[in-house]
Amino acid sequence: MTIRGAAYVAGIYEHPRRDIPDRTLFEIHTEVALGALADAGLAMSDVDAVFCDGTAGFGPMSLVEHFGLRPSYFDSTETGGSSYLAHVGHAAAAIAAGKCSVALITLAGKPRTGRHEVSFASGSDAGFESGWGIAGAPHTYALAAQRHMYEFGTTSAQLAEIKVAASIHAQYNPNAYLPYAVTVEDVLNSPLVADPLHRLDCCVVTDGGGALIVVSPEVARSLNRTSAKILGHGEAIKHTNNGGIDLTYTGAVWSGPRAFAEAGVSVADIKYASIYDSFTITVLQTIEDLGFCEKGQGGKFVMDGGLVAPFGKLPFNTDGGGLCNNHPSNRGGITKVIEAVRQMRGEAHPAVQVPNCQISLAHGTGGSLGSKHGSVTLILGQEDA
Amino acid sequence: MLPAPAPVINSTTAEFWKATTEGRFILQRCDACDIVLWFPRRNCPKCWTENVSTFDAQQTGTIYSFTVVRKGTGAFKDAGPFVIAYVELADGPRIMTNIVDCDIDALHIGMPVEMVFHDTGEGSALYRFRPASR
Repeated sequence: MTIRGAAYVAGIYEHPRRDIPDRTLFEIHTEVALGALADAGLAMSDVDAVFCDGTAGFGPMSLVEHFGLRPSYFDSTETGGSSYLAHVGHAAAAIAAGKCSVALITLAGKPRTGRHEVSFASGSDAGFESGWGIAGAPHTYALAAQRHMYEFGTTSAQLAEIKVAASIHAQYNPNAYLPYAVTVEDVLNSPLVADPLHRLDCCVVTDGGGALIVVSPEVARSLNRTSAKILGHGEAIKHTNNGGIDLTYTGAVWSGPRAFAEAGVSVADIKYASIYDSFTITVLQTIEDLGFCEKGQGGKFVMDGGLVAPFGKLPFNTDGGGLCNNHPSNRGGITKVIEAVRQMRGEAHPAVQVPNCQISLAHGTGGSLGSKHGSVTLILGQEDA
Repeated sequence: MLPAPAPVINSTTAEFWKATTEGRFILQRCDACDIVLWFPRRNCPKCWTENVSTFDAQQTGTIYSFTVVRKGTGAFKDAGPFVIAYVELADGPRIMTNIVDCDIDALHIGMPVEMVFHDTGEGSALYRFRPASR
């Protein structure tokens, strides 16, 4: 059994705000849920499956109670920013198995204006992967960037091209946290956070959230709204591998082929890609690992507007991405799916809408390239794909 | 000296951290499949046997990757720029650590380094590295 065509993304909603001091975390969950349901033309009472990450309370129970639902299916897979792409794949599988027909996936977080304390039980890595003054994702992603530069000659200017492309797109998004274009020089002249990553190599920190509605083919057909067809899903976890970590590649080397195989398409078919962009290096390694270019050639690939919509080699992150638009709750996965669906519907900003965008890819990376992370790849098609 | 906050210690890692207070860095080897383990575990992550033994590892290696953190937080708030790195040990594993007592601008991947121990004052010492003396 595959999930190809077994489910559709029928509703999307991205919270328009980037500072939300006047709402609780759970109120933001409700706001985005109602937004995505309205987009699909569905109601909360139609929801029979709830998906959330590990930050929404006690597993899915707190959120289900908060919503006032009694779902027949739930899942609180927690793989950081890639969680929501995993949720889409899991929802599609549950729908294909007849467990549910309207799945609600929400994300909310307030790292800017609220308490943002996400705590997990100590793994057996405690004291070995943590400590050392590591106080945030830039410190360990920088280790991956440094090694990639050493092995392949990737430069800071090439990494900067990724931020520049995202910023060109962000100009057209009035909700973007940084809605203006920057240059390679701007990136290189911004302060070093953790060598070789500059401040502008890093994503924004925003309050916010988003929601997705994944439905069965029967439900999709009954709606007036255009849906995006889920063609393929692949997921993987890459970790330190018993002291054998290789920092030059990501879990996309495993999640990508799984998604492409299920979808029955190749990289040449992808017209638009939402690529997780916590940092510029995240994008560079991911596009190599998904096969858009040879390993080590990502730096060359992104130069000369390679990622700029609508006519670059691989138009990416047309909402401005995590680098410029939004990285709600320090997690960029849900916005990756949202913008891909906008592209499938032809509802991205006209300046960045990819013409004839029949098949797109969304990829999430959660955790750290410098230690362990979840990689999830989704391939979406237009409703009649 | 770079701050040396005490690590979390549990029943599996107690032996490892006690050794660090004696200037020893111990690794485990699986008796069944002969691989070196990192980090300390009760079971081999390849064959899951509990038959693992410890040995005193060589305290040398080379830098696999590194970053200079320009401004730390928490205990490292006033540390100034400091270095987080993966060092590939002579015995194999690539381990997260700090590089200390170094010229930050002279660091490079592949640089030979040697282990030093920074006492946490709480029954453990952090294993860190400095450029090798020879």
